[in-house]
Amino acid sequence: MRPNLILHVIAKFVIPLIILFALYVQFHGDFGPGGGFQAGVIFSAAFILYSLVFGLETAEKIIPHHWLRILASLGVVIYAGVGIESLILGSNYLDYTLLGSNQIAGQHLGILLVELGVGITVAAAMLILFFAFAGRGRE
Amino acid sequence: MIDVVVDIILLTFLATTSIAIMRMTNLFATVMLFGIFSLLSAGLFVVMDAPDVAFTEAAVGAGISTVLMLATLALVKRPKEPYYDEAPQAHTAWLPLIVVIVTGSALVYGTWDIPNFGSPDAPSQTHVARFYLENSMPDTGVPNTVTAVLASYRGFDTLGEVTVIFTAAVAVLLLIGGKRPKPALKTEDEEAQDEA
Repeated sequence: MRPNLILHVIAKFVIPLIILFALYVQFHGDFGPGGGFQAGVIFSAAFILYSLVFGLETAEKIIPHHWLRILASLGVVIYAGVGIESLILGSNYLDYTLLGSNQIAGQHLGILLVELGVGITVAAAMLILFFAFAGRGRE
Repeated sequence: MIDVVVDIILLTFLATTSIAIMRMTNLFATVMLFGIFSLLSAGLFVVMDAPDVAFTEAAVGAGISTVLMLATLALVKRPKEPYYDEAPQAHTAWLPLIVVIVTGSALVYGTWDIPNFGSPDAPSQTHVARFYLENSMPDTGVPNTVTAVLASYRGFDTLGEVTVIFTAAVAVLLLIGGKRPKPALKTEDEEAQDEA
């Protein structure tokens, strides 16, 4: 790929902002609009922009494929694990009330963890889709 | 008032974009117009006070799916000349036009019974929405009711959605992921003959 100075400079400036915005959407989803799904997609968009500008090989050095597969499964495990944890604590599946000292704290922690699981799975799944499609053209 | 003006402008752009998509033969331009279409829909969702949906539409519809379409386009070879002859038109354009007009007017007739946008006595507002709006703050302490419903009240539903996304990634990996096997130069019988 022919290096393009303008693209490189703009991408290096914009990518940290996109990741920061994704983290804001992820962890501020309780109060503002957004949540795990949107944050995951925005997060993966930053990496897709990186690999479009700097090439697939460079992007794969940052996040290797086996990491993405582990992360995609990890998100589902976190989500289902919160449910099992609440079962162990003696309430219904995915009822977060007993996770904290009172109901509000428990719900808060539960929602935060569940949204984190959603975000991790969505971000990894989107990147898996992108690398699978874009990686076909190289052979 | 300003909502109506923005609505009209966005809907006009939507109609123009969809007509342009229909008449376009260049696949690259069509993909780009699909992205613009998604972005305009995201704008409409913002006007309708649904920023959560607008986020998703802008990020997935205008962002990721456009990139995936472009990646697919790069794989598909595009001949300069179409390799097929245009099929002779078997019917006049009047029949589809009449079908579209009848269907469209039936749909518009159907909207007369729908309650107005944001009307308090709409069925969607009178059923469970009231319960969520009144109880989500004392129950969960989360000001964003959408997040409260999504992650807490209907947590099991969302677990299913996450599993669907995970399954989609696994399916794509199984179908087109990984290295493609190199075509075998010799069949096994020939190799056995060579070794013998």
